[in-house]
Amino acid sequence: MDRPAATVASGRLDPVVLATKALSVWYGSTLALREITIAIPRNKITALIGPSGCGKSTLLRCFNRMNDLIQGARMKGDVTFDGELISGEIDPVVLRRRIGMVFQKPNPFPKSIYNNVAWGARINGYRGDMDDLVERSLRRAALWDEVKNKLHHSGLDLSGGQQQRLCIARTLAVEPEVILMDEPCSALDPISTARVEDLMDDLKNDYTIVIVTHNMQQARRVSDMTACLMLDEAASDGHRTGILAEFSPTDLLFTNPKDPRTEAYITGRIG
Amino acid sequence: MRWPRRPRYLAWLESGVSALLFLCAFVTVLTTIGIVAVLGVQTVGFFRIARIGITDFLFGVVLKPDARPPLFGVVPIFWGTMIVAIGSSMIALPIGLLSAIYLSEYAPRKARAILKPTLELLAGVPTIVYGYFALMLVTPVLRALLEPLGLRVETFNALSACVVVGVMIIPLVSSLSEDVLSSVPRGLREAAYGLGATKFEVSTRVVLPAGLSGVLASFILAISRAVGETMAVVLAAGMRPQITLNPLTSIETMTTYIVQVIGGEASYGTAKYLSLFAVGLSLFAVTLVLNIISGLILRHFREAYQ
Ligand SMILES: Nc1ncnc2c1ncn2[C@@H]1O[C@H](COP(=O)(O)OP(=O)(O)OP(=O)(O)O)[C@@H](O)[C@H]1O
Ligand SMILES: [Mg+2]
Repeated sequence: MDRPAATVASGRLDPVVLATKALSVWYGSTLALREITIAIPRNKITALIGPSGCGKSTLLRCFNRMNDLIQGARMKGDVTFDGELISGEIDPVVLRRRIGMVFQKPNPFPKSIYNNVAWGARINGYRGDMDDLVERSLRRAALWDEVKNKLHHSGLDLSGGQQQRLCIARTLAVEPEVILMDEPCSALDPISTARVEDLMDDLKNDYTIVIVTHNMQQARRVSDMTACLMLDEAASDGHRTGILAEFSPTDLLFTNPKDPRTEAYITGRIG
Repeated sequence: MRWPRRPRYLAWLESGVSALLFLCAFVTVLTTIGIVAVLGVQTVGFFRIARIGITDFLFGVVLKPDARPPLFGVVPIFWGTMIVAIGSSMIALPIGLLSAIYLSEYAPRKARAILKPTLELLAGVPTIVYGYFALMLVTPVLRALLEPLGLRVETFNALSACVVVGVMIIPLVSSLSEDVLSSVPRGLREAAYGLGATKFEVSTRVVLPAGLSGVLASFILAISRAVGETMAVVLAAGMRPQITLNPLTSIETMTTYIVQVIGGEASYGTAKYLSLFAVGLSLFAVTLVLNIISGLILRHFREAYQ
């Protein structure tokens, strides 16, 4: 597998995996995010929090160029991945293999559990032992014991929480370097949520995770760094734009927020 | 707290509405039963008067209702029907499916806004216009292309019928398939793109399998339409019942045979007149078989998303 120099060279890894510089995003003519500058650390979990509509999903989708699929979406500013510019003329298909994504609503393919996991690896030309890869990925996603006897049943026959872990397994099977998660637990019950959180903690050693969440406790529990986005109050035309209010280590942000808007948000006075 | 009493007449109205709805649904069942009954009775009459056996009819390879004694083999016109159905499907299914994929996955919003209604407009053209189109345009073009190669193209020929019927049923395939493909949930596409799939992989390996049952249903509908098509085939392929593999000569299909009998001077009650019911019943059987096949296919290929 061709990994970029930054991750192959042992020892002296750049501690920053993903970074944006003055990144603005428009949908059509409305500005959704203004001049975000952030650096996501390697092998850490970074949480994105903030009120609804402040552009958390939008920011997340800039990292794997998912916004390219939306007609009228446009970005300005730099996004870099392992030091390489990925906001310009690059092939998003290659990028998305290295930066996986888990969505808010579990979205397994209407195929068997086995084929759900194997699908991404197959289209990316995986040459090794597929059975082995499927088992490894399902084990990694803490789902193997529940599905090992029904690998050829449809992925849609699983419960919501199992489906979400299947989606995580499917992402892991492609062996990405970063995993983006957009509210991965919002459709899950507390027990499934706890399992996914344990899983994230376990994955942290090998992957960099960026997670969007509305659940303050979850952000505190799982993340190392937290970015709080806010809606700009100064916007004149009634449309409100997302900005980055604060980005600090999670302990610090929750115990001693520097920005008054962050404080208001985490104590439940906005949002 | 007191609630107003529900007036009696509302309950009556409710049951009246449900009876009406039942009647409407029942009309279609009655129609089908009626058609089969009429065709069946007349077909029995045909076999009695023509004094031929069912095997002579089903497996007879000569159809000469005016010969002495008349020959009523259905194979030549069944053959003609199959030629038109298969030939036009070979044109319509790939083109229709590819345009559906293009419209739902590739086309920019503007192109789609123009192309889709245009394709649907094709479906609204009266079929006899397609017949003229075959006679005035397709056949001359075929002649210009093939005669220099030493092939003789008859004025009425099967190939030209296949071309126009094919064009005629493209919108059925493309429009229905496009509806099915574009209703595949967005989340499935995003999941596939998120794993590093190209647009082509997303279209052919996620969207198409997820919509396959609907696509196959549109295929069957288009084939049934080709089997039942009449006027365009009369004008394009003529009316010569023969079993041939040469698509450049005239053929006759089951529907055009019926037109021929009705348009001719066969008098009421004669074997020739009654034969149209026997052919009609056979046509009905062919469509029924197609429907059953489609049901089986759907059950087998179902890859349902919630
Ligand atoms: N596909 C789209 N087309 C147009 N505008 C969009 C689109 N997606 C998002 N927006 C707009 O961009 C802004 C940010 O949306 P985004 O989905 O990133 O917010 P969010 O922080 O993820 O919100 P939530 O917490 O509710 O998921 C919103 O004002 C939204 O209306
Ligand atoms: Mg969101």
